[in-house]
Amino acid sequence: MSSAKPVNQRAWWFVLPVLISVAFSALVPLMTIVNYSVQDILGPDQAVFVGMEWYQEILRDPDLHGALYRQLVFTAAVLALEIPLGIALALTIPARGWRASLVLVLLAMPLLIPWNVVGTIWQIFARGDIGLLGYVLTRLGVDYNYSQHPMDAWVTVLVMDVWHWTPLVALLSYAALRAIPEPFYQAARIDGASRWAVFRHIELPKMRGVLTIALLLRLMDSFMIYTEPFVLTGGGPGTATTFLSQYLTQKAVGQFDLGPAAAFSLVYFLIILLLCFVLYNFMKDSR
Amino acid sequence: MKRQRSWLLLAAYLVFTLAPIYWMVHMSLRSNLAITGTFAWLPESLSFANYATIFTDPAWYDGYLNSIIYVVLNTILSVAVALPAAYAFSRYSFLGDKHLFFWLLTNRMTPPAVFLLPFFQLYTAIGLMDTHLAVALAHMVFNVPLAVWILEGFMSAVPREIDETAYIDGYGFPRFFLRLFLPLIKAGIGVTAFFCFMFSWVELLLARTLTSVDAKPIAATMTRTVSAAGMDWGTLAAAGVLTIVPGALVIYFVRHYIAKGFAMGRV
Repeated sequence: MSSAKPVNQRAWWFVLPVLISVAFSALVPLMTIVNYSVQDILGPDQAVFVGMEWYQEILRDPDLHGALYRQLVFTAAVLALEIPLGIALALTIPARGWRASLVLVLLAMPLLIPWNVVGTIWQIFARGDIGLLGYVLTRLGVDYNYSQHPMDAWVTVLVMDVWHWTPLVALLSYAALRAIPEPFYQAARIDGASRWAVFRHIELPKMRGVLTIALLLRLMDSFMIYTEPFVLTGGGPGTATTFLSQYLTQKAVGQFDLGPAAAFSLVYFLIILLLCFVLYNFMKDSR
Repeated sequence: MKRQRSWLLLAAYLVFTLAPIYWMVHMSLRSNLAITGTFAWLPESLSFANYATIFTDPAWYDGYLNSIIYVVLNTILSVAVALPAAYAFSRYSFLGDKHLFFWLLTNRMTPPAVFLLPFFQLYTAIGLMDTHLAVALAHMVFNVPLAVWILEGFMSAVPREIDETAYIDGYGFPRFFLRLFLPLIKAGIGVTAFFCFMFSWVELLLARTLTSVDAKPIAATMTRTVSAAGMDWGTLAAAGVLTIVPGALVIYFVRHYIAKGFAMGRV
């Protein structure tokens, strides 16, 4: 923040439409979940108040601890790969011309495929006998089988996520780069700044706002990843690719434990909230 | 010399991006028997049977139309609502602004499954079930916060002196906002519109729950390809190829806004 923004309470009027459109549909579900999480639902009209019982049961569940650990490692890997790669790509996309258009359209393609189809395509694509990736790897002598080796499955899900979502980081960063006024570069050229100095002191600070949203988006979306690994590996082999949302679905749908599932939804939400909050403040204060 | 190395990265990444997409196109041109039977670098024959299925079955092409209608509706609504809010957040400080800004994003932190039942009850109560508007409104829960955040980032990159100069020059707020300010953040609006389009386009759970016949989305039709007879890989792949088309058109049309933005505008 360079200088303090003027105080203007009337700015609330600008925000009001957003509040109405979001709060309307966000508060009701939240209330429902809180309601379920403290009750034992026995039947449509029968419910017993159980207080914190579900929370205690959930937090002691070793399955949850395993899923949470896998989730944290996965999300950390996603961020460590996708953010630098996305920025690097954004820097290499031509600034204008037909090449830029072509690259942008090609890059965006993975984003536009419905998630269940992404999983299905990779399911075939990574198969050793009939899929391009699996076939090439097998031919190269790599012992690769994502449906049997836990490590292969995990890496496949990660590579699929990188394939699917790095374009989001790249497109956002690219747009932010294009929004930097030319005089900034001219000034740097006069000063004889190196390519790295231009990146570090002009491009990166100007991208900060957009990068924050890219980071937060990837953090929360990778934390809630469900459809793609579910279709690709079904969470297996074993529990190698069972992440948090899959655990939640097993609870809510598989075992039909509405109370514990609701309690876990809230805990889940709080974990994401905490991580995003820490990251957000880190990004805000880092300059 | 350095330029060449950066081209290499981009080229390598594009190969990585296109390989699974090539495989999808490849699958869409083959029969189920061939897909699960043998490996082939190129499809043995060009068969458009899978595409023919989609274009001749109203359930498929209506799905496309429905998806496009609610996605476009959602994109317009989300961006329109988010623009003034993002301006307020980037230019003024007001009571609770920081909390509000962060709270907005928390609406994206809930797994969509949590919204299902309450949304179903809500839209049934107000008589919007199975309409395009219902899906468009439901998708605003995750698109409006995103739009506000992205737009705020772009608006904050525009020096505040520009606003002040405009007021001194005698511009009223609406004229300044529409004529001067919006063109300056074209890049941001283009990107925001694309992302709203994209997230609404690939969302399946809410869209499927809130519709039954009249507004049924394409992604829901796709889940039909899993049947008792096994997986219809070819048709699914063909439908997948076709789902890329509208979004690719959108990004093609907004690419100028993304690429030009501020740098080419007046400063």
